[in-house]
Amino acid sequence: MDWIAGLLIPFVKALVLVVLLLTGFAYLSYVERKLVARFHVRYGPNRAGPFGLLQPIADGLKMLFKEEIIPRHADKLFYLMAPAIVVVPALLVWAVIPISNFSFRIFGYEITFYLTDLNIGLLYALAVAELGTYGIILGGWSSNNKYALLGALRTSSQMLSYSLPMGTALLSILAVVGSLSLVDIVNAQRGLWFIFLQPLGFLIYFITGLAETNRSPFDLPETENELVAGFVTEYGGIKFALFYMGEYISMMTTSALATTLFLGGWWGPFVDELPILGIFYFVLKMSAVVFLIIWVRASLPRVRFDQLMGFCWKFLLPLGLFNVMVTATVVALWG
Amino acid sequence: MLIEFIPVLVLFALATAIAVIALVLPAFLGPRRPSRAKIETYESGKLPYGDARYKVPIGYYKIALLFVIFDLEVIFFYPWAVVLRQLHVFGLIEMGIFTALLVVGYVYEWKKGGFEME
Repeated sequence: MDWIAGLLIPFVKALVLVVLLLTGFAYLSYVERKLVARFHVRYGPNRAGPFGLLQPIADGLKMLFKEEIIPRHADKLFYLMAPAIVVVPALLVWAVIPISNFSFRIFGYEITFYLTDLNIGLLYALAVAELGTYGIILGGWSSNNKYALLGALRTSSQMLSYSLPMGTALLSILAVVGSLSLVDIVNAQRGLWFIFLQPLGFLIYFITGLAETNRSPFDLPETENELVAGFVTEYGGIKFALFYMGEYISMMTTSALATTLFLGGWWGPFVDELPILGIFYFVLKMSAVVFLIIWVRASLPRVRFDQLMGFCWKFLLPLGLFNVMVTATVVALWG
Repeated sequence: MLIEFIPVLVLFALATAIAVIALVLPAFLGPRRPSRAKIETYESGKLPYGDARYKVPIGYYKIALLFVIFDLEVIFFYPWAVVLRQLHVFGLIEMGIFTALLVVGYVYEWKKGGFEME
């Protein structure tokens, strides 16, 4: 193992990945505003550049040149660390997401379209994605603001609760595939996508995915009519942008994982003949899930907090366990 | 294979660098006109009173405790699900007993009102 294959290639791939994700975040915010505007029969951003396409750049520059304000009563160290703790795990999950099985050779080194293929890939993705909760609770706590603290408490209990049904939904996939590696999971879907084997699992995953990324109708953390802005109340400028970057990248991660686990990843017509098509199929499926998430936001009203918790503990969790046991029975008896 | 984790470390370093740059940069770019009112805690325009870190409803604490218990149990399912094909019916019965115990605790929690946000 020389240093080119060991360090240089991962570094270049990670750099490309991060640049793509940040661009994706910027334009996802644009796409969401535009789409929600269309759902509301409005125009949406259309002033900066053609069709408002330069809007994300204008927003980014504006955030960058804002005055830095740290509230008097805030716990400075944690107040500054919190946005970073939200963003870093959101980016880290992408290390294991396989975009395509396509690979090419450059100077004798094989370049694959995923950073690494861990044998505990799915467990890693779940664990790392959950780390963002620390950033949210620290952000709310360190602001020393009543709205922020309540928002952070709500967010953390919501994210904790919904990670349980999500875990059970993923368990049924594991029972079918028998591997935690995401590449193996996608390869197992060559003939049949898991959404057809596990429709209930997909539904549970999608609902919990909305709650995990704090998206409407589960956007309780930022109920502006009761909590001002939840845990971001005291944040402004680039720190505010970092929290949103975390949320939007998590949204992309949820969609990418849904694609990988249920929608057959890179598989599609003619992928066997032309493997590079896999990248296109992956992006297409991921965009479809992202569109669905935005559609849900534009259509459904927000739920009440006790309804949210009751729905998770009294309905989704037993349903998920039931799904696992049925799947396991089928796999163990006829697998 | 620990070598597979090197790309993860590389990505971690890169992500941390970006977050740190983003946090440090505005200190040099933005204007600096601090005033007492600006750095006061936001409380919908009223004068803030007391500390925010006051007693919070017990419901959040209950949820956290329940999460620790149930998440640990869901984690036990993971290795089992991966090797289920090798275990066959034996694994199914074993996990059936485990799940039955889990369900007893779950029903008890429900009847005790553990899932209510009071």
